[in-house]
Amino acid sequence: MTTPTSKLAALALFLLFAFLVVPWLIAVSGRSDLYYTLTSVALLSIASAGVWLTFYIGRINIGQGAYALLGGYVSAILVTAYGLSFWLTLPIAGLFCAGVSILIGWPILRLRGVYFAMVTLVLTEVARLAALAAPLTNGAKGITDIPPPGPIRLFGLTLVPDFATLANPRQAFYFAAVVLMVLAFAGVYRLVHSRIGQLCQSLQQNEELASSIGVNIAALRIIAYAISSFLGGIGGAMFVAIAQSIYPSSFAVTDSVNFMLNCFLGGLGYVVGPIVGTLVLYFGWDLLFKTGQFQLLIYSMILIALILVLPNGILSLVAPRRKGS
Amino acid sequence: MAELLEVKGLTKRFGGLVAVNGISFSVQEGEILSVIGPNGAGKSTLFKLIASFLRPSDGEVLFRGARISGLAPHIVARTGVVRTFQETTIFKGMSVRDNVITAHHLRSRATLLGFFLASRRAQADERDFARSADEILDFLGLGTIAGELASTLPQGHLRALGIAIGLATSPKVLLLDEPFAGMNHGETRRAVELVRAVRGRGVTILLVEHDMPAVMKISDRIVVLNFGEKIAEGTPTEIQANPRVIEAYLGSADESIGL
Repeated sequence: MTTPTSKLAALALFLLFAFLVVPWLIAVSGRSDLYYTLTSVALLSIASAGVWLTFYIGRINIGQGAYALLGGYVSAILVTAYGLSFWLTLPIAGLFCAGVSILIGWPILRLRGVYFAMVTLVLTEVARLAALAAPLTNGAKGITDIPPPGPIRLFGLTLVPDFATLANPRQAFYFAAVVLMVLAFAGVYRLVHSRIGQLCQSLQQNEELASSIGVNIAALRIIAYAISSFLGGIGGAMFVAIAQSIYPSSFAVTDSVNFMLNCFLGGLGYVVGPIVGTLVLYFGWDLLFKTGQFQLLIYSMILIALILVLPNGILSLVAPRRKGS
Repeated sequence: MAELLEVKGLTKRFGGLVAVNGISFSVQEGEILSVIGPNGAGKSTLFKLIASFLRPSDGEVLFRGARISGLAPHIVARTGVVRTFQETTIFKGMSVRDNVITAHHLRSRATLLGFFLASRRAQADERDFARSADEILDFLGLGTIAGELASTLPQGHLRALGIAIGLATSPKVLLLDEPFAGMNHGETRRAVELVRAVRGRGVTILLVEHDMPAVMKISDRIVVLNFGEKIAEGTPTEIQANPRVIEAYLGSADESIGL
């Protein structure tokens, strides 16, 4: 087992890498487009962390795209139609998604295994169709020209500058996304390593026994699902702020499947699994771009091979699965 | 002794099949009451009804005079009626100690948010749970294997772990589903001692069991079911002499009732 100090050291190293080494490498190589890629990875991994959490209570969630889309629209509408600051809409989008997920989760979380997975799969498509039809979302034309995030000022002190005035907004988005990602994963880490995590595991391993020791399994499932959807919502909202536009197809079924694959690939036994999975999956897809028409074929074969060879995810290569986690 | 648990006219129908038919009996505080009967007599269904994992078609279960049937299982557990399982049901992926620590859920005084933020109360809870878990594991002779992964345990230890999980909830009534099944002679003898010791901690015990010699040895009273109906109730000596019981176990009466 690793000690708390070694974990803090790993975190410090990661922050150093993300905030100093990466910008330096990008400046040296002149590949500032990588900022956009890495920002995407950070944000997609936040949404994936939500999926990971539903795995943690023993549910396969293929519907995170629905909440990413919902969060994106909530933020976009609040910013464009009501002139709210983006930074304010970010938590609102997350909370809105959590609220909706409680209503949806109440009936569907009774389902297990493939049945729950199927229903969540449909959820993304429902969200897309709803976005096409709802009056607020501007249908297939989507919402475009969303202004970039404004400043955060507290007592006259500018904590975060107006993104529109920045010389390098790509870098600013990258920093913001990494900060958000670190906060999200720190939250999930704490959750999993507190007693709540233990209770979630009890759900995953045996719901009947969990309820016989007095755990309100229905409530705990919904709490976990709401947190999961909260993460999907803020991930989606931030993504939309960067793209400055959102369409019903911004998050589709493929994205929902990818969120789940990110978790599988990184490793379900590791909190940071979704980060690793997202990074590998996202870059892997891009690297295979040169193979043209065979891209999907090669990509799928590699994925299948990876899941067969490393059923516990990529991280099982570096860190053996801890007992009981 | 006061009446702790009262089963009144309990009936469960699955479609046309009547699994449990109008069963009534009561459990006194501090006693060991066994429910026996041939296969398919409705013992397990009766257990699920008492722990409220099933909703009765008719009748009710009262705990200290208050109705518990129809409540959610975790609410029933909160009142103090806790069930262990026939299958060796444990949290397989956790260590033995974590199994028991997790099972202390009902003793939590901190909220979930408190646990997340590691509030003072949550920290006190976690210390209490760990101490109590170690005490229970020592009590049941599992102290030396506390660190083992639960899924790797041999059957005898799994049964004991099941009881440890039950004890961690501080039950008033513990429902043991076939605690001696599949055990050899020596294991059964130790398990009987264990169940007696659990009763010694002030826990009333209701158990379902096939192993007749063990039941005769351990029970204060016995309720006999056959085809979903209660056919007899009494002390082990009374049950052994009851012609209806002997008839129900016809053919194998001499060995299986221990006569």
